[in-house]
Formats: sequence, C-alpha cells, structure tokens
Amino acid sequence: MVSNEYSRYIGRKRGVIFILVLLLIITALWALNTGSIALNPVQVLKTLITGGNQVENVAIWNIRLPRILAGLVAGAGLSVAGCVMQNNLRNPLASPSTLGISNAAAFGANVAIILLGAGTIANTGAGQVIINNPYMVTILAFLFAMLAALLIVCLAKFGGFTPEAIVLAGVALGSLFTAGTTIIQYFAEDVKVAAVVFWTFGDLGRAAWNEVFIMLVLVTMALGYFFLKSWDYNAISSGEETARGLGVNVDRVRMAGMLVASLITAVAVSFLGIIAFIGLIGPQIMRRIIGDDHRFLIPSSALLGSLILLAADTVAKTVIAPVVLPVGAVTSFLGAPLFLYLLVRGYNRK
Amino acid sequence: MILSVKDLAFKYPGRSVLQDIAFDVAPGECWAVLGINGAGKSTLLKCLNRILKPQKGVVYIRENEVLKLSNLELAQKMGYVSQHQERNRITVFDAILLGRRPHIKWDASKHDRQVVRQVMEMLDLEDYAMRYLDELSGGELQKVVIARALAQQPDVLLLDEPTSSLDLKNQMEVVRLIKKVVTHNHIAAVVTMHDLNLALRFADRFVMLKNGTIFATGGREIITAENIESVYSLPVEIKTFDTIPLVIPR
Repeated sequence: MVSNEYSRYIGRKRGVIFILVLLLIITALWALNTGSIALNPVQVLKTLITGGNQVENVAIWNIRLPRILAGLVAGAGLSVAGCVMQNNLRNPLASPSTLGISNAAAFGANVAIILLGAGTIANTGAGQVIINNPYMVTILAFLFAMLAALLIVCLAKFGGFTPEAIVLAGVALGSLFTAGTTIIQYFAEDVKVAAVVFWTFGDLGRAAWNEVFIMLVLVTMALGYFFLKSWDYNAISSGEETARGLGVNVDRVRMAGMLVASLITAVAVSFLGIIAFIGLIGPQIMRRIIGDDHRFLIPSSALLGSLILLAADTVAKTVIAPVVLPVGAVTSFLGAPLFLYLLVRGYNRK
Repeated sequence: MILSVKDLAFKYPGRSVLQDIAFDVAPGECWAVLGINGAGKSTLLKCLNRILKPQKGVVYIRENEVLKLSNLELAQKMGYVSQHQERNRITVFDAILLGRRPHIKWDASKHDRQVVRQVMEMLDLEDYAMRYLDELSGGELQKVVIARALAQQPDVLLLDEPTSSLDLKNQMEVVRLIKKVVTHNHIAAVVTMHDLNLALRFADRFVMLKNGTIFATGGREIITAENIESVYSLPVEIKTFDTIPLVIPR
C-alpha cells in the first residue's frame, strides 16, 4: 500500500517537472516569434528548417535563438546556484545576489568602463551604449565575481565560519563592493556612468553564440554535478550532524557546492549583466510547490529559473515595443508578486 | 564485543572534555550514558562515530578501527541520532530512505525501499509514510529519525537524548522500541539520558560520567544513592518497586 502511495507521490513530482518543461517550450516558441522584425510563425519555421532570406536568417539565427538559449541557460544556472547556496548555507536568503557575488561583478564592470575606459554612451536613448571593449568588461566582472566567491569560500574554510556567518560575510562583502562602485562613479564623467549603469541592467541580447556555448557547457556540467549530489543535499538539509552520521563529508560537499554555484553565477553575470532575484525566488517558489527533496528540487528550480528569465525577457521586448525594458527589472515585476502569493498561501499540502 | 572503546580522550582548544574513557559493549545490550549537563555525554557519542575526532584512544566496531573506516563504511555500521532535529519538507518515507544513503550508489534500489518498508512496519509508521516532517508532532518525528538510523542497518545505534522532548507515553514507546530493535536485530545501543528512572527501566548497562571521566560503569548495581549523589550533587533515595529500582530525590 505504501508502495502505491509512494509511486503516486513520485508521479506527481514528475508531473510538475513535465508541466514546467511544457511551459518552457511554449514560452520559447513565443519568444522565437517576437522581436523588432515582424515575422509570422510560418516564416520563423521556414527559416529554422530550410533557411530564409538574409534578414530572416540574421533575426532568427543570430539574434533570437542565442537570446533564447542565453535566457534558458542563465536562468537555470542562477536559479540552481541559489538552490544549492540556500541548502549548503542552510539559509533561505542565500543567493548569488545576497552573497555579494553580483555586486562584485558590477564593481568589476565599473572598473573596466570607468577607470579603464572600456565603454561610453553616445546618446541618451536606449541602446546607444557603446562598450568599446566588451571583453575587458566581461573579464573584469568575472574576475571580481570569482574573487568575492573565493573570499567567501576561504572565510568559510579557514575562518571556520558557520553558515549564518557566511551569509553575513556575503552581505558585508556586497556592501563593500557597492561602496567601491559608488566612489568610482562619483568621480566619473556622466557618459561613463550612464554606460556602466546600462551594463548593470542586465541584457540577454549581449550573448552571442560563443558566450551561449560557454554558459551551456558550464551550466550543464554544474547541473549534472548538483543532481548527483542531491542525496547529500537532502542529508544536509536534515541537519549537519545527521548528515555526518549518514557518511556525508559535509565540509567538502559544502565547499564544492559553493565553488560550482559561484562559478556559474560569475559566468552568467559577466556575460549578461546583473540579473538579480532569480537565484532567490526560483528555488523558493519550487520548495513551496515540490518540497525540499533535492532529487526534484534541483531540476525543477533550474526549469523554473529558465522559465522566469525567458518569460521576463519576452515581456521586456513586447510590453512597450520597440523599447526593450531591462530584463532584471521585469524579472522582479513578474517574480515578486508570484513569490508573495506563494508566501501568503504557504506550502503545497500534497 | 560489538563496540570497544579504549583510552578515549577529547579536548577543545584549552579545555579537556573527555579523558580515560573505556568500556565494552556486547551485542544485544542497551547502554545508558548518564551525567549532569556538560559532563560530556553528547561529546562522547560524537567521538564514537567520528563526528568529533578524539585526540587519543581507539574505538573498535566489530574489530574494525573506526578511524580507519571510510565515511560510508562507518555509516553502514553505526547509526547516529542527534539531539536536535530539523523539520524540513520531505516525506516520512523519503526521510527514512535517506538512511539508505550509505548503501546507495546512484539511486535507491528496490531493496532499499524494501528495507524502509520493513523499518516502518516495525515502528508502526506506515500510516505516516506520505506525511511531511514539518507536519509531525515531536514524538512522531523522534520515531522517524530513529527509523532513519535503523534503515542504515547499523551494528550500533548511538542516540543522543532521544526522549528529552517527549511526553510520558512517547518516552516509554521510544525506549521500548529501541529495546525491541536491539534484542531483535542483536545489535547494540548507546543512549544518553537525563531521566534516571527511565534509564533504569530500559538499560542493561550504564556509564556514569563526571567531569569528563568515567565515574562508574557496570550494571544496575552501580546505580546507588552514593554514586548518584556524587555525580549529580543531589541526595536521593532508592526504593524498589516491582523489582525495578526507583530514584527519588530527597
């Protein structure tokens, strides 16, 4: 009897994942059919299968597809990074943005654009930002994000910090990098400040095939690793001593989890700019729907992260077209009410 | 012997917690570790299964030196239930299945689920299988975490104050259950306890800790008014009721 009930229960969890996949496919198709060049679904399909004219090819293959894939991969990466950080640090507030990693990336971009002159703004209209040297911005953003992540991990390892202290240290580091950013911007020319502020808005369109490919490889590997560790994460969420009693090397699992999660965050943020909140709400929403079992929480958080980011980007493109709103802001507009609703409603009782 | 502790010592920097700890546990025995708060009872349990690494001494489990076993090997031989339990959103079935983690390679097998069902049957937990841990009462949760330790199929169970937050009925239920499993599976249990009378009804052997060392160890004969007064700094009287000694504070 227990077996049947358990099979039904597992079936329901798989059902939720299946629905997420379905929603994701629908959203991706919707995204593929929206953009500044009006293409009907038939043209889109034809361009995908047999190739279209030059304009259609560029719009689909060079603009829309990499943008959609960037959203899928970065959304999954940021959400699952938040999921693992929340588990490893045993804190529901842990996420790439609350641990200071995003702030550090923004500081790196500020250094590149303002101090090293990698970007400026030509016009005050949207889309007029000229990043002269995107590689420098990306590399510095990545370096500072990894620096913050390594600092957190080292404090945890060598300072013997408790998980609560690590979250506090992350908040302190984040505020330190924000202060650095403020000082740099205070003395900068207004055009450069405008350029860097624009960078921090986050934009999926920044990623071309190369960047998408790098993210795809890293996020896929990270997802595989996290999924393999889901039993260990379940053990850790049952209490640290319990996990040790079950043979889990808690320190090693925690350190490796934080490193991998930080790495995918650093890559996503440095390629696309700051996309906050997904790492926090993606896993928190799924916890309320699917529970704390990481065998289901990890894949479903990844899917929901992709779904939120892709939907937010598509709304950002269409809501007051041709203006493209900053995706980070739309993410919060879509995610926050949903999250608040789930907080009020409480956990799913089934 | 199923568990042998020899010359164990543990200290935090600048503060010695345990020293000269030695005792031998035979299969089928329940041991109670007694002593005041801070005497080192929980530390002793954690040293036995290497959650804390003792600076000195050796622990053997069925002739295997605990320090030389891998994490997983150790978890297959020793089940540990900590004093504090987390209530997360995992079903009772999955929480107990987690006890199979030391045996699982990639994913839980049919055999693993079979073991979980057997343990649930033994502990009368079948009706709770699909309940979430954060919906259970204290007594129910305590049974579930004991079930998780049993699903590890260990030779030795280490339980840190399993009855401290339970009402009278649940206390009795939990100790009877431990006793039943230990006898039935011919394993051993080492349990820290505050309630002397409960310990007297439940345990076969006792370790009395005072200031981090063993004050006395042995059977019921060591639970004397003098020993208790010396360990707990409290004068007591011992009366016998229905062949079981009763400790009554004076």
